[in-house]
Amino acid sequence: MQLRIRSNTSAVLSDANLQANLKPALEKSLQARDRAVAEVSNWEELRQHAHDVKAHTLSRLDHYLEQLERKVIAQGGKVVWADTGAEALEFIVGLLQEREIKKVAKSKTMLGEEIHLNEELERAHFNPVETDLGEYIIQLSRETPFHIVTPALHKSKEEVVDLFGRELGMPPTDDVEAITATARAVLRRHFLTAGAGITGVNFGVAETGTLAVVENEGNVRLCASLPEVHIAIMGIEKVVPRARDLAVFLKLLSRSATGQKSTSYVNFINGPRREGEWDGPRDFYLVLVDNGRSRILADPELRQTLACIRCGACLNVCPVYQRIGGHAYGSTYQGPIGAILTPQLTSAEAAPEHPFASSLCGACYETCPVKIEIPHILLKLRERVQRGKQRLARHLPLEAWAMQFWAWAMSSPKRYSFLGNFMRRVHPFFVRNGRMRVPMPPFSGWDRYRDLPPLPEESFREQLRELRKEGK
Amino acid sequence: MDSDPAPVNLADVAMKVSLFVTCLVDQVFPQVGLSTVKILDRLGVDVDFDERQACCGQPAFNSGHADESRTVARRFLEAYADSGPVVVPSGSCATMLKVFVPTLFPPDSREGRLAREIAGRTYELSDFLVSALGVTRTGARFPEAVTYHDSCHQLRELGIGRQPRLLIQGVEGIRFVEMPNAARCCGFGGTFSVKFADVSAAIGEDKVDTIHESGARYVVANDVSCLMHIGGLLQRRGSQVRTLHLAELLSKFEE
Repeated sequence: MQLRIRSNTSAVLSDANLQANLKPALEKSLQARDRAVAEVSNWEELRQHAHDVKAHTLSRLDHYLEQLERKVIAQGGKVVWADTGAEALEFIVGLLQEREIKKVAKSKTMLGEEIHLNEELERAHFNPVETDLGEYIIQLSRETPFHIVTPALHKSKEEVVDLFGRELGMPPTDDVEAITATARAVLRRHFLTAGAGITGVNFGVAETGTLAVVENEGNVRLCASLPEVHIAIMGIEKVVPRARDLAVFLKLLSRSATGQKSTSYVNFINGPRREGEWDGPRDFYLVLVDNGRSRILADPELRQTLACIRCGACLNVCPVYQRIGGHAYGSTYQGPIGAILTPQLTSAEAAPEHPFASSLCGACYETCPVKIEIPHILLKLRERVQRGKQRLARHLPLEAWAMQFWAWAMSSPKRYSFLGNFMRRVHPFFVRNGRMRVPMPPFSGWDRYRDLPPLPEESFREQLRELRKEGK
Repeated sequence: MDSDPAPVNLADVAMKVSLFVTCLVDQVFPQVGLSTVKILDRLGVDVDFDERQACCGQPAFNSGHADESRTVARRFLEAYADSGPVVVPSGSCATMLKVFVPTLFPPDSREGRLAREIAGRTYELSDFLVSALGVTRTGARFPEAVTYHDSCHQLRELGIGRQPRLLIQGVEGIRFVEMPNAARCCGFGGTFSVKFADVSAAIGEDKVDTIHESGARYVVANDVSCLMHIGGLLQRRGSQVRTLHLAELLSKFEE
């Protein structure tokens, strides 16, 4: 199946409600982020440091993952390695069946979205309940996250009131606290009756076996401590070598993601309940998921993609995301990071439009707290998409043919000038009322929204030649 | 304005540059090339124009057609192998030459070395004027309200945002007003503007809104491609605001 973006854009651009919700929400996130970043005098230094730590970690990923595994086991946890999403799901479903668990309390995890954890749990009748408010809204409205950090960013308060009224019987209200209190009351019951909690992981510390998970609602700690079983799922790229690295990464993450100095809660999870402790899960499992990551790791040109800490700042700052939002991408990960991650986690053929859904403006790189060169990676991926298209097609694709013709014309001054003169001679046929209109491919997209400039009588070089002849 | 340095008279300095005018300027916006020549002439810089030049290879490169881009970039390298400093009145073409063309060839190949060598002596116009010549006043006079749009490659790949502003503020009689989010993309993006025409135009509409918000009569940028996109949207909207390339603005002097 191929993911498409181009066929989705006109619907989202003409969705007045979405456009009205999107811009102020992102503007708010951006301003909060900018303020929080401005407070840190050595922000650039921290970015570089984080970039270097990630590069080092990725260069010895096997070592750090095995160290993490040993530490987690030493603390009484169990570690499961999953090559694919399907393997991770098989383990989780098997475990829940074995324990005869009826209900699962879930906290927000993009990896869970990536491997379609909820669908699988629902299919096997495990009744997963999202406990992050945004994710809960998304679950109730049967959508997918609109944004990797704020999944229900596109929903207005009124839409949430409608949804809770329909799904939870909440009386109409204008009071945000009443809305959250409704969700809170429902979710509390779920926490107390869930047999297992599933959470994601922001950072897995190899040195100590600690899993750091950030949140603002306290739901992660409930998922990780109330049920008898806690399953943490973690992409293999989320390991960091030392506990002290967290000082840098947590700062970069919270300020970039939500503009907070620190999230309201930062959980440091060190395995199951120990002797003498009165809370915490009886059993703790860490599921390390590859699902295409080691393939990315093997590619030196694209490897830095794995440094991503999922802060979502590149989405907020992206002019394309600001206009089309998350769902138009059709993929788990959206925006600039989604544009580079999706074709790598699947294949260039499976997401052929993702690398092109960018003006290459570079705002993402400028904002990225770990300095991932997203625009340069997009360019590499574009090259791969084009190569793939030419390999698979029976005839040379039109665009490739046009580029070959263009290169042929541009690599000889004679052909170049001839073509320029030709265009200038034919262009008067396209001028109507002093405006140039070329409503035909490949100009039709341009023509639909913008006027083209009329062409000059003579090229620059011709005019310069004359000037120089006159001795000016 | 009094603290600005006086115009530098370089008439007696033997300075010769090679103009890479870009294909779009050559074929569609010749006035930008002529303006660039006028500015450099007035500053006493000898301008060489090599007629072998065509394109830098960027359209193919940005769309993922590396082989075609390489074919065209190779011609550029041949034409400029022995030239003096290369001056380019475009942030994005200068970026192609300075940042991306060197990546198209193996680092140790003859072409790789040549590409890096030329990249080192290639200047975007405003950077050449301010950083290389130390000029912030070209002697232009333009008593109008003007705002400036940062083109993305120039600002974020080359780090050039201060130089054009200094030059604009050095124009006599000008009223320079910053638009909100001047550094936000206009949505052009090369082939993006046709592949995702609707998204490109929607982003452009945001840019046009901020241009109008500034109250300026003219929007200046240093890339004719961005200006073609912004200007096309302005015209479609029936706006009174006009686009102006930086070189056109800086050459508005009595001859």
